Amino acid sequence: MNWLTNYVRPKIRALYARKEVPDNLWHKCPSCEAMLFHRELEENLHVCQHCGFHMRLDPIKRLQSIFDDGAYDGVELPKSVADPLKFRDQKRYTDRLKEAQVKTGRTDAIVVGNGLIGGLSAVVAVFDFGFMGGSMGIAVGEGLLTAAKLAVAKKAPLIVVPASGGARMQEGILSLMQMPRTTIAVEMVKEAGLPYIVVLTDPTTGGVTASFAMLGDIHIAEKGAQIGFAGARVIEGTIRETLPEGFQRSEYLLEHGMVDMVVHRRDLRDTLVRVIDLLTQPVRSEIEVVDADFEEAPVSNAVVVTTASASQPGAGDD
Amino acid sequence: MQTFLEFEKPIAELEGKIEELRHLTNAGDINIADEVAKLQTKVDKLLRQTYAKLTPGQKVQVARHPNRPHCLDYVQGLIEDFTPLAGDRFFAEDRAVIGGLGRFRGRSVVVIGQEKGHDTESRVRHNFGMAKPEGYRKAQRLMDLADRFKLPVLSLVDTAGAFPGVQAEERGQAEAIASSIARCLRLNVPMVASVIGEGGSGGAIAIAAADRVLMLEHAIYSVITPEGCASILWRSPDMAGEAAIALRLISHDLKELGVIDRIIQEPIGGAQRDPAGTVKALGDAIEQSLREMDGLDSATLRAKRREKFLEMGQKGLG
Repeated sequence: MNWLTNYVRPKIRALYARKEVPDNLWHKCPSCEAMLFHRELEENLHVCQHCGFHMRLDPIKRLQSIFDDGAYDGVELPKSVADPLKFRDQKRYTDRLKEAQVKTGRTDAIVVGNGLIGGLSAVVAVFDFGFMGGSMGIAVGEGLLTAAKLAVAKKAPLIVVPASGGARMQEGILSLMQMPRTTIAVEMVKEAGLPYIVVLTDPTTGGVTASFAMLGDIHIAEKGAQIGFAGARVIEGTIRETLPEGFQRSEYLLEHGMVDMVVHRRDLRDTLVRVIDLLTQPVRSEIEVVDADFEEAPVSNAVVVTTASASQPGAGDD
Repeated sequence: MQTFLEFEKPIAELEGKIEELRHLTNAGDINIADEVAKLQTKVDKLLRQTYAKLTPGQKVQVARHPNRPHCLDYVQGLIEDFTPLAGDRFFAEDRAVIGGLGRFRGRSVVVIGQEKGHDTESRVRHNFGMAKPEGYRKAQRLMDLADRFKLPVLSLVDTAGAFPGVQAEERGQAEAIASSIARCLRLNVPMVASVIGEGGSGGAIAIAAADRVLMLEHAIYSVITPEGCASILWRSPDMAGEAAIALRLISHDLKELGVIDRIIQEPIGGAQRDPAGTVKALGDAIEQSLREMDGLDSATLRAKRREKFLEMGQKGLG
């Protein structure tokens, strides 16, 4: 309206927020407090080599660790309404968004890649916990929908790696609506007969767990990840129940039947390769299948053969 | 017993005076009748003025008003031959979720609703309307039933949120909500959801991913309670009023965002002043919504439902 409100703040923030070069070569393990050399930590996919504690992994490194030879194509995500409610708490949401964008170099909390896993085409969507706690708003919902549509178009499995505190409060009801929207994304993949695999990482809670993250054909949890619906403090505070040992950790969820397996990060890629292969390659390419009636083909032959090279995933139907 | 909210104090005082005068009327003074009529006009005017410009924070209080009609009041007022059905067939019966068969204006329907209770005893029995996994699994079971017999589903949403407790987590609260959302979206029959009081987060959307979402004028629907939002973003639950404004949880804003389809006007002074009228008004709106979907085949219903949720969030508030 007037010149006072039109005043543009000088962008000093950008000057000191851009300190990308790591000035500390040593990291302290948050669990056992051992000092870890950064190169070793890097090679170890940010898992402490002393106690096996899984630290959070940058989404790009995550994608590289999953795809064959670390190679993939980044998928461009659609632009979405940035601040639909014109939300403001002590800070403006648009300012919080800008800060997170400067900090992470990303537009929002999700990255999607497309490439080969075990020689088979796959689409992987990874959350960035560093971007406003990986919270799910419209952009994240759109990202998952884009990933699902791409998976269907490429007849490829969809793998989602959430790391999120839940819904993005600053987008109000529209963040809640990402629960049905991402559920639709999952349904698209399933209807196309393609595998949908969830890799639950630390932390996966709230509206993210209560939608797409618990609807996988296969649930793989990283060691020691916090996975749950309500926050531990909410449960302790409002219900006054004491929390059992290891509450809401991967191993606890395995015990209670909510995940299929708990996997060490170093074994994650191999696990994915195997699961995708088993779900999408019903018959090894080495076996000659005559017509479609392979029910009669000697299945036992399939056991000892080496790696499959066929790339025809998702021909099945659920 | 009429309960008055904090901001209704002036109204309460006037009504108190009327009550006093009425007692005197028994003594047979005609002037007093005039006085009562005058005061009554004043009350009506004040009510109209107050309720025409309720702040979001005040709406939160009205939405939670103890005298507001609850799920069972609607069931009693709208559903003939109501036949409650119990249990999730896995673990338990959750009384926070009312479910059953009945006849709504001639149509056989499946009803699923959250009941908060109206006094201490019933509140405890219904767990204050906070469902556990078994409640959401019961909802899914009832949706299966609806699909099998081609009965429309009517859901009544009134919950602060899903129950946050250790056992609820152990039994997969997140999975139960996620699957319930997916179940709504897969329904082959029409589903009309009505937010009658509090539409609290994942606990609400679990039974509200419907073809038509109706909402009472003073009801609220939000990704998080204003108290929860205030303690996270403002670090003080006292800022709940501010949070209620920022979250845009009122019916008018939600209609503009396309999250709900229809607002049902409440009587002057809120649903609690005329429960029977409110119940009937909601019934009329549900009937009309069902009529709009008459003759649509299951594939069309599913496709349109999906489309509706996919369109959400494409534009923000003006």
